[in-house]
Amino acid sequence: MKRLIPMLVVLIVWAVLQGPALLAFCGFYVAKADTKLFNKASQVVLVRQDDKTVLTMANDFKGDPKEFAIVIPVPTVLQKDQIHVGDKALLDHLDAYSAPRLVEYFDENPCQLMMYDRAVPMAAASPIAGGRVGSAQAKSRGVTIEAQYTVGEYDILILSAQQSTGLETWLRENGYRIPPGAAGVLNSYIRQNLKFFVAKINLKEQAKLGYSVLRPIQVAYESPKFMLPIRLGMVNADGPQELFVYALTQKGRVEATNYRTVKLPTGTDLPLYVKERFPDFYKAMFSHQVMKENMSTIFTEYAWDMAWCDPCAADPLSSDELRQLGVFWQGESNPRPLAPAQARPSPPIRSGPQNVFMTRLHVRYDAAHFPEDLVFQETADRENFQGRYVLRHEWKGGGSCEAAVRYRSELPQRHEREVQNLASLTGWDVAQIRRSMNGGKVPTPEPAQWWQQIWR
Amino acid sequence: MIQTATTAAGALLKRDPRLYQIFTLASLLGYGMFVLDFEIAGGRAATILAVALLTQYGCTRLWKLPAFDPRSALISGLSLCLMLRTNSAGLALTATIITIASKFLLRFNGKHLFNPTNFGIAAMILFTGQVWVSPGQWGNVAFFAFLMACLGGLVVNRAARSDVTYAFIAFYMALVFGRSIWLGEPLAIPLHRLENGALLLFTFFMISDPRTTPNSRAGRIVFALLVACGAWYVQFRLFRTNGLLWSLAICSLTVPLIDWLVPGSRYEWARPTAGRVFFRRPLKSAA
Repeated sequence: MKRLIPMLVVLIVWAVLQGPALLAFCGFYVAKADTKLFNKASQVVLVRQDDKTVLTMANDFKGDPKEFAIVIPVPTVLQKDQIHVGDKALLDHLDAYSAPRLVEYFDENPCQLMMYDRAVPMAAASPIAGGRVGSAQAKSRGVTIEAQYTVGEYDILILSAQQSTGLETWLRENGYRIPPGAAGVLNSYIRQNLKFFVAKINLKEQAKLGYSVLRPIQVAYESPKFMLPIRLGMVNADGPQELFVYALTQKGRVEATNYRTVKLPTGTDLPLYVKERFPDFYKAMFSHQVMKENMSTIFTEYAWDMAWCDPCAADPLSSDELRQLGVFWQGESNPRPLAPAQARPSPPIRSGPQNVFMTRLHVRYDAAHFPEDLVFQETADRENFQGRYVLRHEWKGGGSCEAAVRYRSELPQRHEREVQNLASLTGWDVAQIRRSMNGGKVPTPEPAQWWQQIWR
Repeated sequence: MIQTATTAAGALLKRDPRLYQIFTLASLLGYGMFVLDFEIAGGRAATILAVALLTQYGCTRLWKLPAFDPRSALISGLSLCLMLRTNSAGLALTATIITIASKFLLRFNGKHLFNPTNFGIAAMILFTGQVWVSPGQWGNVAFFAFLMACLGGLVVNRAARSDVTYAFIAFYMALVFGRSIWLGEPLAIPLHRLENGALLLFTFFMISDPRTTPNSRAGRIVFALLVACGAWYVQFRLFRTNGLLWSLAICSLTVPLIDWLVPGSRYEWARPTAGRVFFRRPLKSAA
């Protein structure tokens, strides 16, 4: 033991001194992979502090507005001023800010690197690339219309019900297209004493307001339940659905408590031709990761203090935008973040509100793999994370110094590593990747012979 | 030769179930870190284990105990590595010291008042707000392998009061299934809730701690019922996470009362001799 104690102490001191790894996120921002890549995608913003929640819901419904209806279980009867119709641009901004991104670096002249003892700072971040309902009929079905409002272009009902078949029949009689089998799911929500928030489009109001796209609906409520009901949406769904959750909280990262939440692979070097095919890459990678995790996992794509970003796929949201999304703890005194800038200092981009932490979660789900609704918790984790993929442009200049010779001799292995990275992230065929690289005028990597390593 | 070694290892495990626990927890930690990407780095885990051992050594000296026994401290340290998450190394170390020190400080009638890991985590969540537990981190893909490891523990652990484990899991399953049946939910929902690594860890390694459970069998079954009801209440009525941990921490306060109402003999682990560990002396007050 006498020998063990000093060893333990040394170990502790070493581990404490290590500290958390600091990652440099510099690089030229090239492209982002936003939610528009995915079909049947819903987007939800969850703003939460203590038990107060503001939920913003948007989906990519593209059909006839007459056909649109949503039924969402909510914990309380909502007053009219707890319901709001938001601006889709806010979600688009949030999406752009947090989307997985492609960045690129340009190798320096290896000879100069040697001269400057490899102390050349990384490049600065670049500019951004871019009708009233009959209550008597309701009562006969055991359904109570707790409230009805017209908010913006939506007609909204808050219903409570005694039994699910009555509610299902009532909804169908009143023109809501409820899929068969919904009663089973509705029933468990009724038993939990949840209310139903039911919305459809008021065509007259929509024409008057002049909106052609459906704006997101926002509701504010207070409840200990920090969850998203997904089960109703899975009744009769043809194939898996895509959901993006943007959680805005004060303390730290949000994760699921009843499903595994994992971070997407990040920081990987990829072949240069991915620049032209980043959306394809991202979709393939996401699908491959979903498959690897047996489709039973929620992915964290971004977790960051809203005050800054590095590199920025878009500016952080302003205090005003955050307030519109429901961030109610923001003081009025916070300065606006960057104006839409062309050039920005780096690193990092620091500005704007300091007390909003954003988590972007992405889940592909179906009833077989996600039997229960998503339940979340806010953690105290404030470590920044982003889905980020890297292109490294090789040094094309000459140079005959020893470092340049070594640099050139190592390039084939580097390209091969990039090929393997891409194959492992996406499941793409290695031979196909090599062919695509050649199309992009990247030399085919030739495996180094063993003797070439001896007298280099 | 191999057979002799296997027999010797088996005999050693039977002599002290904590060795099997240490082995299982260490394997789970390795699996969690390397396969499931648990949010704990190797350095942090090593620090927690080292601080746990040092605290145990310090407390052994302070309380003038006859011998330093690293086994319980290792179990607590490994459990902390598996459950406790924080951005701050300082808080992780504080939690470890509180966990081990609670074994020595919070005693009633010669027994620990709380399961040390349970107390350490609950106190840190309550008083700092900067640590958390990720109950979803296990997923349910590896559930059955995990379950097998835990059941293996029961076989080895058969002397060490597995009744509380059986009783707890029976009561908790009844409550979770009962609620789902009452709500008309498909059975996939309660099954998904029960196929959870965090629940297994709690059931087989935390509530089963023979040093904190009541002394009599009847008392332990009442205790298991209380913990199950409390966990269910926190999870499904208050809608808060970590229902299991809160419930165990609060119900542990009832153990002295249960022991008074339904007395029984106190459990003792195999004791180490002074100087060297892992050898057993005849117990004075074994169960």
